[in-house]
Amino acid sequence: MKIGLFIPCYVNAIFPQVGVASYQLLKKLGLDVDYPIDQTCCGQPMANAGFEDEAKKLAMRFESQFEKYDYIVGPSASCVSFVKENYPRVLKKEKHLCESIGKIYDICEFIHDVVKPNSLNASFPHKVSIHNSCHGVRELFLSTPSEMNIPYNNKLRNLLNLVNDIEIFEPKHIDECCGFGGMFAVEEQAVSTAMGRDKVKDHMSTGAEYITGADGSCMMHMKGVIDREKWPIKTIHVVEILNSEG
Amino acid sequence: MSTAHSKAAEKFLKNSQQAEWHNETLWMVRAKRDKLSKQVPEWEELRNNAEALKLYSSSHWVELLTEFEKNAIANGAVVHWAKDAQEYREIVYQLLSERNVKNFVKSKSMLSEECELDDYLIERGIDTVETDLGECILQLMKLPPSHIVLPAIHIKREQVGELFEEKLNTEKGNFDPTYLTHQARKYLRQIFLNADASMTGGNFAVASTGEVVVCTNEGNADMGTAATDFHIAAFGLDKIVPDRESLGVFTRLLARSATGQPITSYTAHYSKPKKNGEFHIIIVDNGRSEILGNEEHRKVLNCIRCGACMNTCPVYRRSGGYSYSYFIPGPIGINLGMAHAPNKHAGNLSACSLCLSCSMVCPAKVDLGEQIYKWRQKLDELGESNTTKKILSKGMKLVMDNPALFNAALWAAPMVNKMPRFMVYNKLNAWGEGRDLPQFASESFNSMWKRNKVQLNDNKKDNE
Repeated sequence: MKIGLFIPCYVNAIFPQVGVASYQLLKKLGLDVDYPIDQTCCGQPMANAGFEDEAKKLAMRFESQFEKYDYIVGPSASCVSFVKENYPRVLKKEKHLCESIGKIYDICEFIHDVVKPNSLNASFPHKVSIHNSCHGVRELFLSTPSEMNIPYNNKLRNLLNLVNDIEIFEPKHIDECCGFGGMFAVEEQAVSTAMGRDKVKDHMSTGAEYITGADGSCMMHMKGVIDREKWPIKTIHVVEILNSEG
Repeated sequence: MSTAHSKAAEKFLKNSQQAEWHNETLWMVRAKRDKLSKQVPEWEELRNNAEALKLYSSSHWVELLTEFEKNAIANGAVVHWAKDAQEYREIVYQLLSERNVKNFVKSKSMLSEECELDDYLIERGIDTVETDLGECILQLMKLPPSHIVLPAIHIKREQVGELFEEKLNTEKGNFDPTYLTHQARKYLRQIFLNADASMTGGNFAVASTGEVVVCTNEGNADMGTAATDFHIAAFGLDKIVPDRESLGVFTRLLARSATGQPITSYTAHYSKPKKNGEFHIIIVDNGRSEILGNEEHRKVLNCIRCGACMNTCPVYRRSGGYSYSYFIPGPIGINLGMAHAPNKHAGNLSACSLCLSCSMVCPAKVDLGEQIYKWRQKLDELGESNTTKKILSKGMKLVMDNPALFNAALWAAPMVNKMPRFMVYNKLNAWGEGRDLPQFASESFNSMWKRNKVQLNDNKKDNE
């Protein structure tokens, strides 16, 4: 199977190491991975701000970039779910049938559901608190939404359980929003910051050294709070942990 | 780039102690709801049934509402139809003035808030008293509700104590909740005894029996209707349910979702007038049939007004009911405000991080978050879009549509890291008010890939 690596714009610019870890992890798992160059953005920032039409051309470009791959895999649950949830409708306006939705996965979802490794040969001797991000939880079901009455499962936890020497925690408000929300973070800066502070404090109360999750954008937001407050906790993408040396 | 909501929210958060209390108190209600809902094994099935029943009922208003009317008339009730708030107010006023009613008691009805009934009647000389404790406190304070189920949730007991000292002559400085509740009860008891007529809303209207079902915890609706011989019940078109069996689905969901109780203390079925009394029912449209015609948004009519979406909403909890321009706040209020008067309430649309907790918590599966996203797409068309946001989005599109420009931006971005702090952190940077900015990496992933650094790393490891 041929995998096209999807590196969202902010990962490209701010967290390239997450892209590197994603590529390496998939390679370690023995997969055929390629990075179609000239990717830019999925269009979510504009669309969430109310300008979905600005994403039409980006969606068309995305489709052609990943046309030749069996799977599209990216280290950002929110961007992946944006493509999944909205591209079919956006592309319908262009009279184009969306092909990406059937084959796009968040990288954790992909490893958990498709690759299904029994071991990872990774080690991370630290306490981590899982950040169950909104779109990862409520659109991709990476973990069971806390609102629902079905047995709890958490794909990130299942994967992290394969890592040696790690201690895993989850915050009390297990999947409450960190307040990022794209343009929301600036348009509603006061509420957004309050949400970010509460979320980081909740993660810290677990005793964790790291906040980890499948969405770098949430991590970016919480890091903004942590750096401002100089709080004793760090952020790390879950892929970096899964790719850590055993 | 701030909106009407974000400005009000910022003000609310200034009182950090009160804001924190508000957030935690409402989260406790959400937690109670979680606990109770998880005691019902078929909870998700109930939600599916509620959704299906509401969609069925909404698409059969004509049949179900005429069936309701026929049965209600057969029970001895008088049925009125009001196309809008004005007609509703006029019908109520006419009924009361014809019978020379001076003292009118009401139990909680969000429809009467929507149609601004109380002031209309009071201006015309009818003493109209809200008898739900929360609503009663707010009426004495001359304030609107800040939550649909817990209307006075934002008021602390000290404020209630001071209000009662002034209005009800209670002991000075006694803020004991039990004492204050007893005093309110004494005050309301006199009002009930002197009342000439009573009014209730309706949580549900059962087509097959012609009953109006009212769910309360305080029993004030029952006190009012028991103390008077003249009862008016009013509800919106969307309250109709086919039969008692379907009603059971909703009564199982309502209180668990609203307050984390298995059922409300009182669930009254009103079907016929008292002996020598009168029972009038007003069925109100006030924009509902227009919402039904709006394919993208008709599902808001599924709402059973439980308030669970408010309790779970991280924005509502941290901004309070008064930060929204519509009289119903939170996710459902954002949507109902837009459905009723989009230009008036567009300023609420920013109050959502699209976390979608509301959609997941809703017992009737209203797609609240998804609908807010859809409304945002209409802002430009409505002439309500924010210029900065528009320029940002267009600018972003320009860069993202063009890989060469994107790569140039990736190359240039790290320079921002080195800019002096005063140039980056100032009034123009809303992010920077309470958070540090992310640092751009010294080399982007694209550049690393092009220079074979990603692949090389990997090969190096393979060789080791």
